Amino acid sequence: MQVRKILLVGNPNVGKSVVFSRLTGVSVIASNYPGTTVEFCEGGLGSGNKKMAVIDVPGTYSLYPISPAEKVAVEMFDKATEEKNCIVINVIDATNLERNLNLTLQLLKKNIPVIIALNLWDEAKHIGISIDVEKLQKILGVPVIPTVAITGQGIKELVNRLTEAKQGTYEYKDEERWHEIGNIIEKIQVIKHKHHTFAERLSDLTVHPWTGIPIAIGIMYIIFQIIRFIGESLIGYVFEPLFENLWAPVMMAFSRVLGGQGIIHNILIGQLIEGEIDFGQSFGLLTTGLFVPFAAVLPYIVAFYLVLSFLEDSGYLPRLAVLIDKLMHSVGLHGMAIVPMLLGLGCNVPGALATRVLETKRERFIAATLMAIAVPCMAQIAMIFGLIGEYGARGLFPVFGTLFVIWFVFGILMKLVIKGESPEIFIEIPPYRLPYFGALLKKLWMRIKWFLKEAIPFVLLGILIVNLLYSLGIIEFFGRIAAPVITKLMGLPLEAVGALIIGFLRKDLAVGMLAPLGLSLKQLIIASVVLTMYFPCVATFAILLKELGIIDMIKAAVIMVISAFLIGALLNLIL
Amino acid sequence: MAAIDLSQMMAGQTGRIIGFNGGRGLVQRLESMGIRLGVQITKVSGQIMRGPVVVRLGNTQVAIGFGMARKVLVEVD
Repeated sequence: MQVRKILLVGNPNVGKSVVFSRLTGVSVIASNYPGTTVEFCEGGLGSGNKKMAVIDVPGTYSLYPISPAEKVAVEMFDKATEEKNCIVINVIDATNLERNLNLTLQLLKKNIPVIIALNLWDEAKHIGISIDVEKLQKILGVPVIPTVAITGQGIKELVNRLTEAKQGTYEYKDEERWHEIGNIIEKIQVIKHKHHTFAERLSDLTVHPWTGIPIAIGIMYIIFQIIRFIGESLIGYVFEPLFENLWAPVMMAFSRVLGGQGIIHNILIGQLIEGEIDFGQSFGLLTTGLFVPFAAVLPYIVAFYLVLSFLEDSGYLPRLAVLIDKLMHSVGLHGMAIVPMLLGLGCNVPGALATRVLETKRERFIAATLMAIAVPCMAQIAMIFGLIGEYGARGLFPVFGTLFVIWFVFGILMKLVIKGESPEIFIEIPPYRLPYFGALLKKLWMRIKWFLKEAIPFVLLGILIVNLLYSLGIIEFFGRIAAPVITKLMGLPLEAVGALIIGFLRKDLAVGMLAPLGLSLKQLIIASVVLTMYFPCVATFAILLKELGIIDMIKAAVIMVISAFLIGALLNLIL
Repeated sequence: MAAIDLSQMMAGQTGRIIGFNGGRGLVQRLESMGIRLGVQITKVSGQIMRGPVVVRLGNTQVAIGFGMARKVLVEVD
């Protein structure tokens, strides 16, 4: 049989993504099911007419799904069983054979060839577990290959033996599955006494409340400093010099060619500020349009996703979820909702998609709305830092403090108003593992690529629209209509209406539009908060519409618009 | 020893699961993570104010919400 398609199936946290990363080359496509544990990637193995598609199915504990993420996994699997020339690589964790075999036995009953990668083989040996692979192979009737995906051990053999994949021969009654698993384990596994390892001690400390909470606060602080350090260094030493020393002269020459003014000049180069190009304020497609995504936002995106990917792959996030579970319950969610919130800090779009790790519709609505209202994305945060950063905590604290209070208060209100259960947290706490650098870089690269693909067209479109709206006098027109709300209620100048219009396209660009207005600190704070809250950007809006449905999206949007103006007015009064 | 539930166990204590106070759905969910009758279980930690309980079974650690933890009955060694 010519294998065309390989599904990687397994429990979460068994190193499935590392196996995936080992099997596939550089061209990996992340598809529509993101979220940390719910990411689904597709890549290729082999070449020419032997090329096979490899699909990393979201991790699942059984074929009886509970969360939407697991449903996705089972759906993908069911679809594959109907296709010819499709096989399953079942990645199982040698250190947790019993629990993993539960899924394996379910897979073996399906009408699809299976081959097993017995991963974390070295870790199992290290903690005193020995498994008789030959015997296991014989019992299950499918090939079993011990692997250490992180070092690449066994991967070659796995690839060479793919053609040996076959349908399982193991017969059992469904209701006796656990009993059967017990029998198998007894025959093939021997466990020697093991010592408490350092990683286990560390693990205990980080889930224990009295030690875990201070550690969590420390980790958050360090992360913040690392992101700032990487972001600021990249901007200060790489991107700004590139733009100022290399790109600016080219653009100035181009500006002279265009005659220094006119519609085309204004759209491409923008306004010259004192005869020079100011990348933050000129607002041309080739000046600000490239500067904002590349030099202002990209460095922070790189830094943020580098740190986040490390946190994900090391196994810290589930522990954070345990510690923060109680706080999340007060807003009607449980600890795992920290995942969409953290992802939302990078970009609201993957954040909205990651709400799929939550079980109920109510939770997904609360999480998505809270995130869209009160969690600014990294692009916007970077621009706010650029704008207000010089005032230090005096400027930044009111912005982010207000957003946090809003997040909390709105969460409590939504929990009260929206009827329904809050399911409880129920997650595996994987052991700490050093992330595999190759997989980490691949993930980082995918996320950066995705950011550039999403951001650049919208930033450019935004700038084009700004220029058109200004030259046609439309912004002034809207400004006058909205004047009572904008100026009287929130104390902002009329021109800020332009930022509110463009904020629908790209929030980072909208914050950037505030720069030339010469606002006071108070106005900057109000504008930053209102821009975060009043409406999601178009990319997030599209995803939320899909995820929540039109009725819930309208509800969420009404909450956002009304609350944004109320909070703006309130800040105007008290600041 | 008397049967208690997971939330009542002390951190560090070990016991054996002897029953569930819940329906088929709950049992199936717990089983998929390896939490089933007869299994030896050690409580790693509980959180303040009825937060989730973390337990260890074999080499797996699982966090279980407080309400769910109350439905798992254990006999402490």
